[in-house]
Amino acid sequence: MTAAEPFGFTSLATALVLVAVALLLGWWQRLDVERDIGFACVRAFVQLMAIGYVIHFILRTDRQIYVILTIAAMLMFAIITSARRARGLPGAWTLAAASIGAASLVTLGVMLALGIIPAGARYVIPIGGMIIGNCMNVASVTAVRLLQDAGDRRLQIEAGLALGASPHQSTSAIARRSVQLALVPVIDATKTTGLVFLPGAMTGMILAGADPLQAVRLQVVVMFMLLAAVALTATIISYLAPGRLFTPQLQLRRLEG
Amino acid sequence: MDVIMEGLRERTADGFSRPMPRLRVEGLRLSAGSGTSAVRILHDVNFSVKRGELFTVLGPSGSGKSTLLRCLNRLVEPDAGTVLLDGAPASELPVQELRRRVGMVFQTAALFDGTVLDNVLYGPRLQRCGRFGPEGLAGRPPRPGETERAVALLARVGLPTDFVARKAQDLSGGEAQRVAIARALANDPEILLLDEPTSALDPTANLRIQGLLKNLAAQGDLTFVFVTHDLNQARDLGDHGLLLVDGHVVDAGPLPDFLDRPLVEVTRAFVEGRFSGEAEDASPVALAPRGSADDLPGGGSL
Repeated sequence: MTAAEPFGFTSLATALVLVAVALLLGWWQRLDVERDIGFACVRAFVQLMAIGYVIHFILRTDRQIYVILTIAAMLMFAIITSARRARGLPGAWTLAAASIGAASLVTLGVMLALGIIPAGARYVIPIGGMIIGNCMNVASVTAVRLLQDAGDRRLQIEAGLALGASPHQSTSAIARRSVQLALVPVIDATKTTGLVFLPGAMTGMILAGADPLQAVRLQVVVMFMLLAAVALTATIISYLAPGRLFTPQLQLRRLEG
Repeated sequence: MDVIMEGLRERTADGFSRPMPRLRVEGLRLSAGSGTSAVRILHDVNFSVKRGELFTVLGPSGSGKSTLLRCLNRLVEPDAGTVLLDGAPASELPVQELRRRVGMVFQTAALFDGTVLDNVLYGPRLQRCGRFGPEGLAGRPPRPGETERAVALLARVGLPTDFVARKAQDLSGGEAQRVAIARALANDPEILLLDEPTSALDPTANLRIQGLLKNLAAQGDLTFVFVTHDLNQARDLGDHGLLLVDGHVVDAGPLPDFLDRPLVEVTRAFVEGRFSGEAEDASPVALAPRGSADDLPGGGSL
């Protein structure tokens, strides 16, 4: 044990040992992920350093316009990432923008309006990031799953159409399943929280020396907020996407997952 | 309504009047892909089907039979041509109404999750269950009258009463296909499209479904358009039919005559199992010998 300052650049450099372990395993098992791991680590370092300085700067100046710009930028990256994932889905960009945008802003808005979190940059930026990130994941999983099921269950969908079903009616089963599937990680995390793992926000507060009881209260709020945000995201996608799988004459499009 | 429909007549080119065909297809064309890579799937397909007839579309695999069938209920959009139902263009009907009037049974049953009852009543339930669809009702107790309705439909396809509560996934291929037929009949369609409904079944189930179709055809004025590559099935079931090769109608006429006494080389080759499937066989030369359109009995006009 060295007596280095916690999370100084020395401990950061030392942590590269762990990356080396991952790289070595990848090389040894021929997983062909070494480039990906390396690239991901560099990106994580650069992106986090950048946002660190940004938040540092915003907290010092404390002007709302910077907070809004930061949230907008986060939204933009989330929408780009999710839309790329769901590329095969016609109108993926609109879908990603509508679902992630509406769900995150509504959730964040409600939290601020009800005074659950204070309006300062210190709260809005990290909480906003959590919300947007989770919405992004759920949007991607919902859309990708929907697209995949529309291919796998083409026969049933067309059987429904042939009986006179509308796009929503003929895809209701797969839409429901894709939402359920996308929500599983968040629901399970909510269920097992504290038993299996200590979630990020709480961990962070405890590491930073805050009162564990206060950290726990924050975490409960975060969990509830994420549930609302992801449920909203998945519902918006499952509401908007089915129409895009069909032509105006209600024919199921040929889709490439 | 039946009386009125029986009375519907159309005027032929030479001024005579004849019964309006239940279904008429005029100049149907379809290409897949676009630009220079476009492939013609259907070339100017024409035929008509009389009310109550079992019309057979024969052809080797890849000839465009299924696509042709899917144009009839607009699961596929043709590039050009008209589909007329009782003389009125099908393209002017709301698509969902068209599909209720022109039902379809596919090669595989493609049943929905849930019970046999949930499957059979899918069509009738569509009206009342909004955007969540009948699959959202699966597993709920049926409304008064629904079980009786399902039982009656199952009886039409030769399945016993206790099938209503069975899980769709637990059925054999033949049973599932019967349920699929009952599901299509539940909408009370005027025309039933059958896309090789027995080709995925074992020989016994195949024969039984064939028998069921024969019964249904004999029962009433439901009109069938039946796609198959099976000559014996076509001979056994069809009233009239056509032979489709590479998207061209190469022959047509009453069954089994037009297969038993082939007039054109392509038909002879197909019947004798010598069909090579190469493009030159598919040229539309073969059309002439069977006389002009109006000579074709039963409205198998070309």
